[in-house]
Amino acid sequence: MKGRIHSIETCGAVDGPGLRYIVFTQGCPLRCKYCHNPDTWKLSDGKEMATEELIADIVKYKSFMKSSNGGVTVSGGEPFMQPEFLKDLFMKCKQEGLHTTVDTSGYVDLNIADPILDYTDLALLDIKSYNKDVYQNLTGVSLDRTLKFAKHLEERGIPIWIRYVYVPNLTDNPEDIENLAKFLTTLNNVERIDILPFHKMGEYKWEQLGYDYTLTDTKEPTVDETNAVVAIFKKYNLPIIG
Amino acid sequence: MLEQWNGFTEGIWSKEVNVRDFIQRNYTPYDGDASFLVGPTEATTTLWGQVRELMDEELKNGILDAETKVPSTLTSHDAGYLNKDLETIVGIQSDKPLKRNIMPNGGIRTVELALNSYGYNLDPATKEIFTKYHKTHNTAVFQAYTKEMRACRHSHIITGLPDAYGRGRIVGDYRRVALYGIDRLIEAKQVDKEQLDVSPMTEDVVRRREEVAEQIIALQDLKKMAAKYGFDISKPAKDVKEAIQWLYFGYLGAVKQQDGAAMSIGRNTTFLDIYAERDIKAGTYTEEQIQEFIDHFVMKLRMVRFLRIPEYNELFSGDPTWVSESIGGMGIDGRHMVTKTSYRVLHTLSNLGPSPEPNLTVLWSPRLPENFKKFCADTSIKTSSVQYENDDLMRLHYGDDYTVACCVSAMKVGKEMQFFGARANLAKTLLYAINGGKDEITGEQVGPKYQPITSEYLDYDEVMEKFNDMMSWLARVYVDTLNVIHFMHDKYHYESLEMALHDTNVERTFATGIAGFSVVVDSLSAIKYAKVKVIRDENGLATDYEIEGEYPAYGNNDDRVDSIAVDLVQNFMNKIRKHHTYRDSVPTTSILTITSNVVYGKKTGNTPDGRKAGEPLAPGANPMHGRDVKGAVASLASVAKLPFRDSLDGISNTFSIIPSALGKTEDERIANLCGLLDGYFIQDPHHVNVNVMQRETLLDAMDHPEKYPQLTIRVSGYAVRFIRLTREQQLDVISRTFHEHF
Repeated sequence: MKGRIHSIETCGAVDGPGLRYIVFTQGCPLRCKYCHNPDTWKLSDGKEMATEELIADIVKYKSFMKSSNGGVTVSGGEPFMQPEFLKDLFMKCKQEGLHTTVDTSGYVDLNIADPILDYTDLALLDIKSYNKDVYQNLTGVSLDRTLKFAKHLEERGIPIWIRYVYVPNLTDNPEDIENLAKFLTTLNNVERIDILPFHKMGEYKWEQLGYDYTLTDTKEPTVDETNAVVAIFKKYNLPIIG
Repeated sequence: MLEQWNGFTEGIWSKEVNVRDFIQRNYTPYDGDASFLVGPTEATTTLWGQVRELMDEELKNGILDAETKVPSTLTSHDAGYLNKDLETIVGIQSDKPLKRNIMPNGGIRTVELALNSYGYNLDPATKEIFTKYHKTHNTAVFQAYTKEMRACRHSHIITGLPDAYGRGRIVGDYRRVALYGIDRLIEAKQVDKEQLDVSPMTEDVVRRREEVAEQIIALQDLKKMAAKYGFDISKPAKDVKEAIQWLYFGYLGAVKQQDGAAMSIGRNTTFLDIYAERDIKAGTYTEEQIQEFIDHFVMKLRMVRFLRIPEYNELFSGDPTWVSESIGGMGIDGRHMVTKTSYRVLHTLSNLGPSPEPNLTVLWSPRLPENFKKFCADTSIKTSSVQYENDDLMRLHYGDDYTVACCVSAMKVGKEMQFFGARANLAKTLLYAINGGKDEITGEQVGPKYQPITSEYLDYDEVMEKFNDMMSWLARVYVDTLNVIHFMHDKYHYESLEMALHDTNVERTFATGIAGFSVVVDSLSAIKYAKVKVIRDENGLATDYEIEGEYPAYGNNDDRVDSIAVDLVQNFMNKIRKHHTYRDSVPTTSILTITSNVVYGKKTGNTPDGRKAGEPLAPGANPMHGRDVKGAVASLASVAKLPFRDSLDGISNTFSIIPSALGKTEDERIANLCGLLDGYFIQDPHHVNVNVMQRETLLDAMDHPEKYPQLTIRVSGYAVRFIRLTREQQLDVISRTFHEHF
């Protein structure tokens, strides 16, 4: 089974537990304004790789994964854009006894996701805003699917790590954050929440690709500002890191 | 049993000199965590403040002070102190702290040049003695060098040879001084000398008789040296304080007598811990006192200094002394060898702050206690001052009482020494192969006049054939050059004290080395998998290369190119093995460049991998900067493939990562670094340096050195104070790959 790959990182330590082999896939239905990998948007870019080829490479790193309780993470882009490929890769990982994680926006049809979730141990779920209008404006798509997906993962008993990118003047409305926190308290499968403070390290890629980057003047948040967001999640006794 | 040995379990060690046996019968493995450790005492903080001030002062002129007249011997200088009232462990090389001694046996011109470079003048009488009446190692070597050897040295295809400085890399078993006292050691040497009363009196026997006689004198002198400080070390040490002091006196004698490139101290923590445990049980000393002794001891090791010429400083940047101390490891009986004193020594990096010296080396095994692994990882993350070597791999070859000399080279303590041989530039050798032995920069015929390659595009098979021939030539000249050097070093600059602390029937290795490793590997990969066009100058000399297409680069765990790397090591080593080596020493090689990768790069023209003339080579066995694009683990996995059995002198790999790429929380970072080290070492690599820091910190330190007096970074088998590197070296370090996926 073939898929389109952006790149591989063999030493991921922040995208799931332990040390992780990360496959970045091509293609994303979202167009987030702060995206630091806009070069993964187009499904036609990148290079083609077969799951057989990938798994042969992945098993070379078993000693690192075993010694750190790590595994394989598929990130993107949006991994669910290539469902057959993702399913096949995860299936092969499970045959090798490896922990699997998908890093997703949750913008996926449940019927498409389900066969993949049979082989998924953990989902890293980006909820980019809990305000529908803000979400639509920020990503170009609607929030509903993501929330449904989160619920669905709960029903299937698959743990999730929530990621929230904190962007001043964009996703910093305390009320929206508070509402997100409240929503998360209704789920029983949230293992962890990470706040990712906005950074501009992907800006150069936008320029290279000839896209219009609208956040040039947005400042990276201070530690105090980030801590204030962390505090909101703490108030609800959520497993927030920081 | 001697009263000093009360409470120890007797064994072979109590009848003959055998420190390993003493350790195995008496040490207490420690599985607990770091919570027993204590901070610095007031005296420690005061003393370290004093040392810091002296070091700041030293930085202004490069050195603080230098001897200009009296050559350094064990007894040449009076006792010196930092602060007599506060020091619990005493002894410095000269009469004043950080003052640099002269050791003209290595070469009088070197001494003069070094003194002049710092604005000092050599005393005329001393100069006369070592010019007219007493021959030096340097003079002798150059008398024996052939034209070819000089040409190779001049063109820098072989560089860093110990022909004008002490060869070093000999580690005396300084523990013997503490355990047995000097008198017992002299007795043993006298017995050995009697054993050498044999016929026929061959050259070898005569030399050995002379050497043992010199060793006995050195031991007697060591007693005199200690007496200047008010200690009688003729008998064994009676407690932990004395054990540290006796052991340190042994080491101090060595650094008074020799200015070897690397003056490593050995594997001492488990040994010393036996005394510490006994004293704590008996209530003789408290944890605070023992940590203070260790802090003061380590402080002394941080103060070891040698006088070097500018050319040396350029090659081995940052004023290194390689006071390497090996910590941890597993015993062959399956017990780990981590003790509380292993923690105490690593803890000096907290009590005194980060430091390149002593060169703390953890002998890693996945079977070490989890608590200790975490403590090491935590220390690495906080200080970037620790290196790791594969104990499971080295134990197979060296047992469980080996140490690391210099950067990464293993040897059995007190049983094995090495003839250090710097390194040969294989990147340049590849260019010689293409140009028929002509130097790519000067056009001079340095190597043999073989047929150059004349085609427009390089053909892999043709290049390999010629490269093989050129390597064969290089191996011969290189080994012969080292034969000359070590013959003369033994004769004119013999390490009598260090060798007195070895078994008389010592095993010897002959350590060659490779520079430019990854450049050669990538060049060969480019030639094989892409198309490499040769650009020649008006004289037909190949001076540049154009690559068409892409090639797999070393450092991405890609067997297409990594297999070229493996073959290269084996191939070079087999060529070295063909030649006669001085004193029947066992030939080895290393892939280790220290910081000389910068100097080597300067002297190497454009290479077929796309590297430009003058640019640094990658250090040690590291992939070229920025070419390892699949992440840290793939990069480590590539290096792990290199066969240690064909590179027994060591394979150095330096790994730099930013803190946030190791995990979000402190606990995660520690766990992930432990996982990374376990995962790596399971794959049979030899070594890794771990740096955990931001590139920005280094950039800031270049502009504001005063803010970073103790900023330490591991470079290639050793660590340096970053601000002591030359600007070129600093830029090289910054340009190396920092793994920063987050």
